[in-house]
Amino acid sequence: MISVRGLSVGHTDRVLLQGADFDVEQGDVFVILGGSGCGKSTLLRHLIGLETPRAGSIHIAGIGAPRLRGTAPEYGVMFQSGALFGSLTVGENVAFALQEWTDLPEPAIDAIVKAKLALVGLEGAEDKLPAEISGGMKKRAAIARAMAFEPNLLFLDEPSAGLDPVSAAQLDDLIMVLNRALGLTVVMVTHELPSILKVGKNCIMLDKETRSIIARGDPRELGRTSDDPRVRQFFAREAA
Amino acid sequence: MTFPSVAKIELNDGGLEPFGDGSPESFGGRGPESFGDRIALSMRAPNRFRWLLGGDGDQLTITLGGTFSIDEAAALWRRVSEALESRRKPASVRIDLSDVGSMDGACMALLVHLRTEYGKRRVQCEICGGSPELRGLLDLHGRRRLRLRSRRKATDAVEQVGVATIGVFSAVVHVLDFFGELVLAAFTALRVPRSLNLRDVGLTMERAGADAVPIVLLINFLTGFVMAFQSGAQLERFGANIFVADLVGLAMVRELGPLMTAIIVCGRSGAAFAAELGTMKVSEEVDALRTLGILPLRYLVLPRVLGLMLVAPALTLLADAIGIFGGVLVAAVSLDVTPAAFMTELRQVMVPWDVISGLIKSVVFSGTLGIIACQRGLATSGGAEGVGRQTTSAVVISLFSLILLDAFFTVFFGALTS
Repeated sequence: MISVRGLSVGHTDRVLLQGADFDVEQGDVFVILGGSGCGKSTLLRHLIGLETPRAGSIHIAGIGAPRLRGTAPEYGVMFQSGALFGSLTVGENVAFALQEWTDLPEPAIDAIVKAKLALVGLEGAEDKLPAEISGGMKKRAAIARAMAFEPNLLFLDEPSAGLDPVSAAQLDDLIMVLNRALGLTVVMVTHELPSILKVGKNCIMLDKETRSIIARGDPRELGRTSDDPRVRQFFAREAA
Repeated sequence: MTFPSVAKIELNDGGLEPFGDGSPESFGGRGPESFGDRIALSMRAPNRFRWLLGGDGDQLTITLGGTFSIDEAAALWRRVSEALESRRKPASVRIDLSDVGSMDGACMALLVHLRTEYGKRRVQCEICGGSPELRGLLDLHGRRRLRLRSRRKATDAVEQVGVATIGVFSAVVHVLDFFGELVLAAFTALRVPRSLNLRDVGLTMERAGADAVPIVLLINFLTGFVMAFQSGAQLERFGANIFVADLVGLAMVRELGPLMTAIIVCGRSGAAFAAELGTMKVSEEVDALRTLGILPLRYLVLPRVLGLMLVAPALTLLADAIGIFGGVLVAAVSLDVTPAAFMTELRQVMVPWDVISGLIKSVVFSGTLGIIACQRGLATSGGAEGVGRQTTSAVVISLFSLILLDAFFTVFFGALTS
């Protein structure tokens, strides 16, 4: 589904990751993890197409850069804070891409919006403004918006960040349902260990010091089998 | 030498402090110690702390006792400052916490600061003693420093000028890039009208146009009023009262009506656009738009710029009319020029091009303001502070551009009509 070769990413004055190679298979729940400041979210932004790599290539379903060319969305994205459009209701947020890119009549769009909100447990919240709902609800609404155009691929940036344990667990369950029931490929950035171990099928771990991928594989195995002390420390939640 | 258990004495610096038992033992057997020529005192009072100096040879021992909380932090800080300012430089310092009952993080932070400052002066400083809780608190406040990458700043004047020049060119390139993409978006909207976000065009026309009418009327009325008042006094000296109509009328329609309206639009709508788009940028809403296949310039910028350009002529005409009315009022009341005479004179001197040129200016001004404000908004980074910075930048650059454009039009129209 996603093929990354020789990727270098960073900001204007520094490199965060260099020479990265990895693949995301269809149907995977792929987790990008690592300590704070190691470039997880920056890597995700490059995969989405919001930023241009310094070097290397990213192909999604065989299509390379540039993406986000002002065409119909090929994949869904949920940003860390939800990034719902504040002047639109939850329903209007979810309907946005459908109104822009389809010729569906309004009643059909309404029906799809209701179904998407029901999928994420927000049925009845169509007329609420983003300022009127909680952080967890915003994230679920953002997932509903990302799902509205029936993508095969979903990018999630820190889905559990800032949520209480119950809401975080509910969001993890939702991700698992989307993956298993709909066959959705999920790429997520997180450093929440419970989420990683619960939903992750495959992962890469980034390291700030070496600016490289220092581990890859099943997150449930890595913590036990890795020879790298940094990896074991991360999974054991130990201070350096 | 002993001191009374409770008494007040005047310190060398004129300060008054209550103190308690200050036996010689508290001074390590060496008698009174000076903090930079002042006598160190033992302070004991309910809920106050003890700061006792002692030591042998080149080692200074600071024995602390009592309760340390945020209420005592100011007094503790004075002791810490005095120790650091003291001319005496020991070879080593030992801070003993054995007699400390409790201490909060603020006071511990001050002791860690004292240790750090001694370290910078190559004086070995050790904090010892104390309960396991105090040791834990000390570990918490004396952790490894975060290694931050320092940004190298330009040092000499030449380098600063160079960096600033590159910054200006870079900003110009960004603006030209932005303008080019906006023109492309406009052509796309012409080809596919459905792609234009008409809802935001209407909203912009309402907020920048209809909602701005009261303030446009007020400010331009006052502008015409003041101009007639000031010029009338001079014209009256030469018996040329009637020419107040020429002055106010032509100045309003050619210059002040478009300019004052543009300034009002800049302050109201320009700042609002920059803040709105800047907030959307920092909250990732602009990124979310892109992931939904929507180009921000087409969806966010074009409707706002178009809305401003559509309402500008209407606002300017209103401004011209009310400004002239202000002049009519002053002329009638204080210059003995009747409204009929005023308007007759105005009709004689004013030609359609005077009004048309003013309207052309107003459209160009508004379009420019809109582009600058939106560009600044979409260039925002750095949270709330960034939004404030770009909003200010949008207003300042817009005002500067207005004056520049006005000067250009003055010369251009002047050449056209000559």
